[in-house]
Amino acid sequence: MLSSADLDTLLLTFKVASMATTIMLLVGTPLAWWLSRTRSVWKGPINAIVALPLVLPPTVLGFYLLVLMGPAGIIGKFTNWLGLGTLPFTFYGLVVGSVLYSMPFVVQPLQSAFAMIGKQSLEAAATLRASPFDSFISVVMPLAKPGFITAAILGFTHTVGEFGVVLMIGGNIPDKTRVVSVQIYNHVEALEYTDAHWLAGCLLLFSFTVLLVLYTQIKSSPIAQPFK
Amino acid sequence: MTLIKASFKLNYGDFKLDVNLKLPSTGVSVLFGDSGSGKTTLLRCIAGLEQAPQGYLEINGAIWQDSEHNIFLPTYKRPLGYVFQDANLFSHLTVLGNLHYGLKRVRNNLGLIKLNQTIALLGISHLLERMPNNLSGGERQRVAIARALALNPEILLMDEPLASLDVKRKQEILPYLSRLHQQLDIPVVYVTHSQQEVAQLADTLVILEDGHILASGPLSETQSRLDLPLAQDRVATTVWQVTIAEHESDYHLTRVAFDGGSLSLPAVDGNIGTALRVQIYARDVSITLAEPNATSILNVLPAVISQLIEGRDSQAVVQLQVGKQLLLAHITRKSLLLLGLQIGMPVFVQIKGTSILN
Repeated sequence: MLSSADLDTLLLTFKVASMATTIMLLVGTPLAWWLSRTRSVWKGPINAIVALPLVLPPTVLGFYLLVLMGPAGIIGKFTNWLGLGTLPFTFYGLVVGSVLYSMPFVVQPLQSAFAMIGKQSLEAAATLRASPFDSFISVVMPLAKPGFITAAILGFTHTVGEFGVVLMIGGNIPDKTRVVSVQIYNHVEALEYTDAHWLAGCLLLFSFTVLLVLYTQIKSSPIAQPFK
Repeated sequence: MTLIKASFKLNYGDFKLDVNLKLPSTGVSVLFGDSGSGKTTLLRCIAGLEQAPQGYLEINGAIWQDSEHNIFLPTYKRPLGYVFQDANLFSHLTVLGNLHYGLKRVRNNLGLIKLNQTIALLGISHLLERMPNNLSGGERQRVAIARALALNPEILLMDEPLASLDVKRKQEILPYLSRLHQQLDIPVVYVTHSQQEVAQLADTLVILEDGHILASGPLSETQSRLDLPLAQDRVATTVWQVTIAEHESDYHLTRVAFDGGSLSLPAVDGNIGTALRVQIYARDVSITLAEPNATSILNVLPAVISQLIEGRDSQAVVQLQVGKQLLLAHITRKSLLLLGLQIGMPVFVQIKGTSILN
């Protein structure tokens, strides 16, 4: 069975993932919209930066974040100046790391969903008196709904499963930064295979169920499935 | 009467638009030309969907664009209705949702009354709960027209609304457009490359070629100008505005009056005084010097030759004044020479066939 320490790590994991997903959707939506529309020379570099975590070892990303967010890093100096202290080994540090790490899983489905919405729908909205912001809310968001669902699910599940970045910047502090993936590692290190099985099984079941829903319930829309 | 003033200059690589145009504030102005002539770009400039770097646009006294003073009203602030070539309905909304979309955004208490009238006028009341993907092309286009009209716009812009439809669907929509034409009290700017739609709908005809305006003016005047390619076309026509004068029910004929005379047509339904558009093909008009006293042709009218040109091959085109109307006749060059036709000569025209457009 799951011990109360295990349940705490599950709860913490879902808290991190929920907050990170919310931030990713808030930041990723305008970013994906800009990327899907712009002809700017910055499109290529920004796309590359957003996609970087897809190929970069999580420990590399974690290492740089640790340095940047530490007391001597730019981000660390800034957060200190704001009176927030430094972010590594805190809950919010974990959220920041997760946002950067999972961002491509949110931006890319949104970007392809937005790209599929032609210029025509926006022109129709403009001729019907909708301002650009209004038409984004009333036309783009409903038409891109499958993209938003995919983005939220992938962003959330990917954050739940992260390990490398967490270990680098979050460490292993109970109730603060000890998430499920780290807890499984702890169990295995301590040769507690039964406990590891329980947690690993939970994550496997969760991830499979979510993907099953994603691929069966909204199969009608091509933009819902980024990894066909 | 001239209440639409538009002038635009823009340059997209190998396409240039350079137009200066005045249109009346009532009736249908048709922008006519081949693809690539700039007619759709001109319409999009009027809508603000395209921003010409140099442009001036004034509609009923309101300035929508004045590049010299850095004025450019974005599309969503322009009180217009726009009908796209492919209907362009929102696929996530029902027909009613589409109709309400614009209505919700104009604060106008006339809206709902106007919408119900429009729904009736376009015959779409049975479609309101359907999704756009379940409509035929013709139905979709009728919904799109209703959606634009429901805004109660000051001007209606239509970009080849029939071009993506097959012949059958076109025939399904044209009557609705004709009805709109009679009932709308706002100016319509209508883009097409179809001569049939020109004949059926235009009051003012603007001919575009390679991004500039070749001619612009009242329909029959522009249609019958011999310096334009239209008059030489195999299917060159003149459209006359007539009114029903008398029904000859014994013969299944209707007599219609025009400014300076009358014509006999196959029986048409309608009260005395009803306005009709009658199309006369240039190839159906022949010319005689003396009044024929024994002919099977009913419509023989006195006319005066106002212009003529000898074509390159066997053809000649003659423009005639019949009462106050202009008429085109395609005859052979040989006949022109044998009869010795000249400008100013009084002659008689025989009209073999006519077609009623509405």
